[in-house]
Amino acid sequence: MFRNQYDTDVTTWSPAGRLFQVEYAMEAVKQGSAAIGLRSKTHVVLACVNKAQSELSSHQRKIFKVDDHIGVAIAGLTADGRVLSRYMRSECINYSFTYESPLPVGRLVVQLADKAQVCTQRSWKRPYGVGLLVAGLDESGAHLYYNCPSGNYFEYQAFAIGSRSQAAKTYLERRFESFNDSSRDELVKDALIAVRETLQGETLKSSICTVAVVGINEDGTNEPFHILDQDAVQKLIDAFEIVKEPATEAPAAAEPEGADGAGASDAAQDPPAPAAADEGAAPMEI
Amino acid sequence: MQRGRSDVEELAEDESGEELLLSSDRSRQAHITSSSSAEASLRLAFAKFQSTVSAHSPMESNQAKPSLLASESDSQRTLSPYVTGTSVVALKYKDGILMAADMGGSYGSTLRYKSMSRMTPVGKHSLLGASGEISDFQEICKYLDELILHDSMWDDGNSLGPKEVHNYLTRVMYNRRNKFDPFWNSLVLGGVKKGEKYLGMVSMIGLSFVDDHVATGFGNHLARPILRDEWREDLSFEDGVKLLEKCMRVLLYRDRSAVNKLQIAKITEEGVTISQPYSLKTFWGFTAFNNPTAGAEGS
Amino acid sequence: MSRFSPYDNNGGSCVAIAGADYCVIASDTRMSTGYNILTRDHSKIYKLADKCILASSGFQADMKALQKLLAARHLIYQHQHNKQMSCPAMGQLLSNTLYYKRFFPYYTFNVLGGLDNEGKGCVYTYDAVGSYERVGYSAQGSGSVLIMPFLDNQLKSPSPLLLPAQDAVTPLSQSEAIDLVKTCFASATERDIHTGDNLEIVVLNAGGVHREFMPLRRD
Repeated sequence: MFRNQYDTDVTTWSPAGRLFQVEYAMEAVKQGSAAIGLRSKTHVVLACVNKAQSELSSHQRKIFKVDDHIGVAIAGLTADGRVLSRYMRSECINYSFTYESPLPVGRLVVQLADKAQVCTQRSWKRPYGVGLLVAGLDESGAHLYYNCPSGNYFEYQAFAIGSRSQAAKTYLERRFESFNDSSRDELVKDALIAVRETLQGETLKSSICTVAVVGINEDGTNEPFHILDQDAVQKLIDAFEIVKEPATEAPAAAEPEGADGAGASDAAQDPPAPAAADEGAAPMEI
Repeated sequence: MQRGRSDVEELAEDESGEELLLSSDRSRQAHITSSSSAEASLRLAFAKFQSTVSAHSPMESNQAKPSLLASESDSQRTLSPYVTGTSVVALKYKDGILMAADMGGSYGSTLRYKSMSRMTPVGKHSLLGASGEISDFQEICKYLDELILHDSMWDDGNSLGPKEVHNYLTRVMYNRRNKFDPFWNSLVLGGVKKGEKYLGMVSMIGLSFVDDHVATGFGNHLARPILRDEWREDLSFEDGVKLLEKCMRVLLYRDRSAVNKLQIAKITEEGVTISQPYSLKTFWGFTAFNNPTAGAEGS
Repeated sequence: MSRFSPYDNNGGSCVAIAGADYCVIASDTRMSTGYNILTRDHSKIYKLADKCILASSGFQADMKALQKLLAARHLIYQHQHNKQMSCPAMGQLLSNTLYYKRFFPYYTFNVLGGLDNEGKGCVYTYDAVGSYERVGYSAQGSGSVLIMPFLDNQLKSPSPLLLPAQDAVTPLSQSEAIDLVKTCFASATERDIHTGDNLEIVVLNAGGVHREFMPLRRD
C-alpha cells in the first residue's frame, strides 16, 4: 500500500530529487551478465561473461565491433545495446565518409550519452536499459568509457558492469595502477582474471567468455578492434592458470585468486553480493 | 548540429541526383522532409539522417530548390562567376607548404578589386587558397570557420588536419555540383600535421587530388611545367619562395587578370604565416613584348 | 559565357584479366582534363574487399563518390554478415549502385576484378549506368578502344554464344597475363594522350594481393 508515487514516468521527480525510472534503467544494467574493460597506454581490452538464457539456447553477443578503432561491450538489455551499437557504427561510417579519418572515441561517447540523455527527459520515451563499455583509439591514445542509461559517461582505467561485477571491480581496483604500463597480453590476462572473479566458483572456460582487443602495436601500426577467437582464449586461460598455480609467483595478483580460483564457490568472497549493497547509493552515481 | 553532419546527410540525399530532374515541388518537399530521398538513399540507411534534418542550415532550406524546369533568369544559383580571382600556386617544401596568390578581383575583364586576400588559415594545421568566384570562397570560409569552431569546442586533444579538411571540402564541392548549384572555385588546401605534409586541390565539380605541387586555372598551364622542372622534395624556404615568385612572374606576364600585388603564405608545424602584400620586379623590355602584334594581319 | 557542366572526363585506362586462379587488374596513374595533365600519380584502383578490386576511369569526382559509397556499403555488409563481400556480390552491388543514378549517372567506366567463391579469377565489366557482364578480360576508359581489340586478338575468348557455355577465364599463366597487360598499356600510351605516366598492376591470387608499378611514357 506504500506504492512509489514518483516512478510512473521518467519525467517525474521524487521529492528527494531522484528520477526513479532512470534508476530502474540503471538497475537493468546490473541484471545483465558482467562486462569488463581495462586499458593501458596503448591497448584496451574488453571481456564479458556469456550466459545463455536457457539450457536450450545459445548465449547472446555482448561485444560488438563498431569500427576498426572502436568496440563496445554491453550489459543489460541486449536489444537496446544492439540498437546503440548500430547507431555508433553509422556515426563512424558517416564521419569517415566526410573526413576519411576515424571518429574520435570521446566524441562518439558524448553523442551516445546525449542520445541516452534525451530519453530521460521525454515522457513518451523510455531510457535505454543498457550500459556500454566503449573501448577505442584516437589521436590522444587508448580510451575506455562507460556509458550509463542516465546519459552520464565516465572515462576509466578499468571498469566492470553487470551482475556480480563488484567482484571484478574489487580485483581491478587492487591492480589498476599498473595497467597503464601493461603490455597487451598482461591486459588480456587481467581481463580474464577479472572475468573469473565474477563467476563465483564456476570455472573459467573460453565457452563462457568473450575477449576483444584494440590497440597500437609496438611498431606503431594499429591492431584493429577484434574479438579473440575461442581457441586462442582457451589457450590463454590454460597458460595463465598455469602461471598462477605456483601462487604468489606473479606478485600482487596471485594470492587471493589462488584461494578462491581453486576451490568451488565457497568462502573468501569479497564484498557481499552487489545488488543489495548498492541500493542505498546516491541516485545518479553511475 | 555541426556542419559536418548536415553535410553528410545532404550527401546521401544529393547522391540521389535524379531528384533534381523531377518537378521542383517534389524536390522542394524532399529537401525539407527528406523522406522521399531518405527512402531512396537506403544505400546508407542511416537513421540519423532524419533526426538531423532540422539541423539543416536555414539558408539552404529557405532557398528555392533549383529546378531544370524553372527559367534560369530567376535562378538563385551561380550560373557564372561575377568577381573572380585568378591562379593559386602552391608547393611542398622542406618544412611544409608554400602558397602564392595575387590580390586582384576581376569583374569580368575589369580589375575591380585590388586587395582581395585569397588565402586563409583553416584551424591550426591547414591553409586554404582559392581561385574563382570570391563570394563563394568567402561563403566556404564561413563553412570552415564553423567546422573548426565546433571541432575546437570539443577541446579533447583531437583536431581536424589538412587531410580531413580537404576531404570535407571535396564533399562540399561535390554535393553542390550534384545540386547544380556549384561553388565556382578551385580550392588549394595545404597543411602540415604530425610531421606529415599535405597538399591537395578541389575543383568546382568536386574533382580532387593531392600532389607535390598544384596550381589552379592559368597556373596549371603556365606554372606547373616550371614546377615539374624545378621542384625538389627538399626545397628550402628561400628556394621555395624563389620558385613561387618565378611562377607568379610568368603568370603576371601572360595572364591578363593577374596583378602585381601578391601574398605568399607559409604553413609549417608551427602554424600559418601570410606575408604582407608585395610586388615582383618585372622587366617588360623583352623583344616579344615590344610589338606583340608585329606580323599579325592588319598591323 | 561559360556554362556550368557537372561532368568532366579525366581519362585513363583500366584493364582486368581473369585466370584460372588469379586476377590481374591494372590502370595508369595519369589524371588529365582536356589537354592538361592534373597529376601524374593518381591511383584509379580501389580495393573494395580482400578478393575484390575496382578499377575505374571517367570523371574522378564520381569515381571517388562511387568508391566511398561502395566502401561504406561494404562496411555495413561486414557488420551485418561478419564476412567480406564476395566478388560476384560486389559486382551486383556495383551494378545496382550505378543504375540507381540512371538519370544523373556516375560518369565512370568500371572493371571489377577479383576471385569468385571457387577461387577462380573473375572480371565484371560495366557501362556508366550499370549494365554489366562477367567476362574473362576487359578494358575500360580512354584507351579501351586501343586495348580491347588487342586483348580480343591475344586471348581469343570462346564466344558467349556457344552452348554449353565455355569457361571465359584466359588460359594464360599469371606472369604471361602481367606481361600482356604491360604491353597493352605501353601500346595504348603511344596513341592515347590521356593514358600514361605510370602503370599500376594489382595481382590477386590465393596468396593475397600483390602490387607492382611500371613507368609509362610521360608525354
